[in-house]
Amino acid sequence: MSFLIDNFVELTVTGLVLGAVYGLVALGYTLVYGVLQLINFAHSEVWMFGSFAAVWVTVALGVAPGSALPVVIGVLLLALLAAMTVSGGVALLLERVAYRRLIRLDAPKLVALISAIGASFALAEIMGLRDRVAGWFGLRDTLDPYVRSARDNTRFQNPLETEGVFTVGGYTVSNVDIIIIVSAILMMVALDQFIRRTRTGRGIRAVAQDSEAAALMGVNRNRIIRATFLVGGIMAGAAALLYLMRFGVTRWNAGFLLGVKAFTAAVLGGIGNVRGALLGGFILGLAENYGSALIGSEWRDVVAFLLLVVILLFRPTGLLGESLGRARA
Amino acid sequence: MRFSVKTGAPLLAMALALTACGTSGGDDEEASGGGGEAGTCEDVSLGYFGALTGSAANLGINIRNGVELAVDQFNEENADCQVGLEEYDSQGSPDQATGLATQAIGDETVIGIVGPAFSGESETAGPIFAEEGLPTITASATNPTLAENGWDTFQRILGNDASQGPAAASYISDVLQSQSVFVVDDASAYGKGLADIVNEELGDVVVGDDTIQTGQTDFSATVTAIRSSNAEAVFFGGYYAEAGLLVQQMRAGGVEATFVVADGVKDPGFIEAAGDAAEGTIITCPCLPPEESQEFFDAYQEAYDTAPATYSAEAYDAANVFLEGILEGNTDRESLLEWVNDYEGEQTTKTVKFDETGEVENISVWAYKVVNGEIVADQEIETD
Repeated sequence: MSFLIDNFVELTVTGLVLGAVYGLVALGYTLVYGVLQLINFAHSEVWMFGSFAAVWVTVALGVAPGSALPVVIGVLLLALLAAMTVSGGVALLLERVAYRRLIRLDAPKLVALISAIGASFALAEIMGLRDRVAGWFGLRDTLDPYVRSARDNTRFQNPLETEGVFTVGGYTVSNVDIIIIVSAILMMVALDQFIRRTRTGRGIRAVAQDSEAAALMGVNRNRIIRATFLVGGIMAGAAALLYLMRFGVTRWNAGFLLGVKAFTAAVLGGIGNVRGALLGGFILGLAENYGSALIGSEWRDVVAFLLLVVILLFRPTGLLGESLGRARA
Repeated sequence: MRFSVKTGAPLLAMALALTACGTSGGDDEEASGGGGEAGTCEDVSLGYFGALTGSAANLGINIRNGVELAVDQFNEENADCQVGLEEYDSQGSPDQATGLATQAIGDETVIGIVGPAFSGESETAGPIFAEEGLPTITASATNPTLAENGWDTFQRILGNDASQGPAAASYISDVLQSQSVFVVDDASAYGKGLADIVNEELGDVVVGDDTIQTGQTDFSATVTAIRSSNAEAVFFGGYYAEAGLLVQQMRAGGVEATFVVADGVKDPGFIEAAGDAAEGTIITCPCLPPEESQEFFDAYQEAYDTAPATYSAEAYDAANVFLEGILEGNTDRESLLEWVNDYEGEQTTKTVKFDETGEVENISVWAYKVVNGEIVADQEIETD
């Protein structure tokens, strides 16, 4: 207990950092669920592909840590762009290959769920076998820095050096901590505004509320579904870069655990609710850290999921509990 | 490969294998199918059992190369006794091991196995080899309990985790002279076992401990605990994937304690993941630095265009124990098993003699250190 109190600030900040990543990934689950009532279990792989895109950009550019600030910012922006593009692209591909036909045929939700799980495995394994995929095209040696040790951790050479900015309660908050928490909140606000104010956002809300009525009102349902996947993918791409800046490593199956946590965050905040996703992410990140500090790291998931169960017992629809359609219509 | 065994039908395959063994006992002519080079040792092969593909392929390939080098050298020297090498790629998976073990049993030219490489697959394949009397020498599976199954066919040519734990502890207390140590484990049989031993050996010097999970990527709570304990050294029992992440996050969190780990981390993947944060890490391993034996080092370097890596030398020794036996005329499983059990002789890594449980009697544990992104030998660890 005294350990928790003595290190409260540090545990809080690192918990929020982790929670911010959970929250951004959770958006993908929440958006798709809000529109289609479908849990896109392959979303974790969308995130994973984005993380590799960011890593490959830094490998290709080969920037050493400690470069001049404009270079650092440029590389990070490029990596962000690459991660968002790849994640968005994979999300669109998923929609096209794994869901569109099922949605059009109005297949049972369980069928789409299985399709999602299948797509998740396929995408993860493709990344895990990328050295051999490259080998088929005779590119194994050319692409070596990108595909070697495909089953192992791949390091992200962060061009930005972690530096302490200010000290609170015995913990020096670093520039990376600040960047992650602030960008997650900014992106959440931007997304919230996008859904509230733009034409596409209104379409998303309309389809979420009643897709048939929306179609009758002239909303192109397929276009809206695509846009939803794309936005979720872009958020996952941003989350991938932020994650790498803090944790520095990705691997072919890194998406699985993160996906489970992000999905939990989405449910915790109220699945289908955009603001709930970030709130759920923060709470989950904090709960994991406090739980680890109280009883030991092996209990972190026990504490986090116990919290989820307790919250759902009292608020079965999650903390903010509204659906995407009803939220601020 | 003669038998294509689906894991779904191991019983049928076992039955087939049993029949095959039963009818062909002592009938060499019938067994000689391939019509390879005829000599005094007709159609005799060794097997390598372990991962060649999959996530832990690197370790397996190091071992296979050691075996292959021994066999190639042997065949070059003994023109009238050519020994083959069969490979059983388990991908490091215990699920695959049963089928492959049955397959190895079914091929009666295979009279000795170097492997299985990992502890998990050894557990599932071990009983099959024991039942059929196919001698095995593992050059890397270090779980202590493997020797406690009463498998006559099980031999281990290196120290197990029970010898590594005390060695790591004595390095921390004698060489590093740390007054405060934080112990982390990954809850695996291997990692927790090691951490428990280190914990016990160090006693009061341990100022805190924590358990992480394999697959976990965020260690912030653990890092906080380590820093607030002000430990001078951190021992981590686990594998290189988590070790790389943990040390990277420790360093990012401002922890400067010496990071001490065991053989599960002795892999380039650790440095790949940790980058500069890996510098100065101490890695214990019951394996001889390959450069300690120049002759082997050069031969390996020449054959594979790369320096021998973890357990290559041990695998080379294991294969040579078998090969010496074959040269002495022990060309069936029964007599080769007897040969191995009674073996006593000088090999590159140590004087090899197995005790009743199959453990090698002469154990040495070395400390390695990460210097400039390379894992280099530091010193041999003295234990009592």
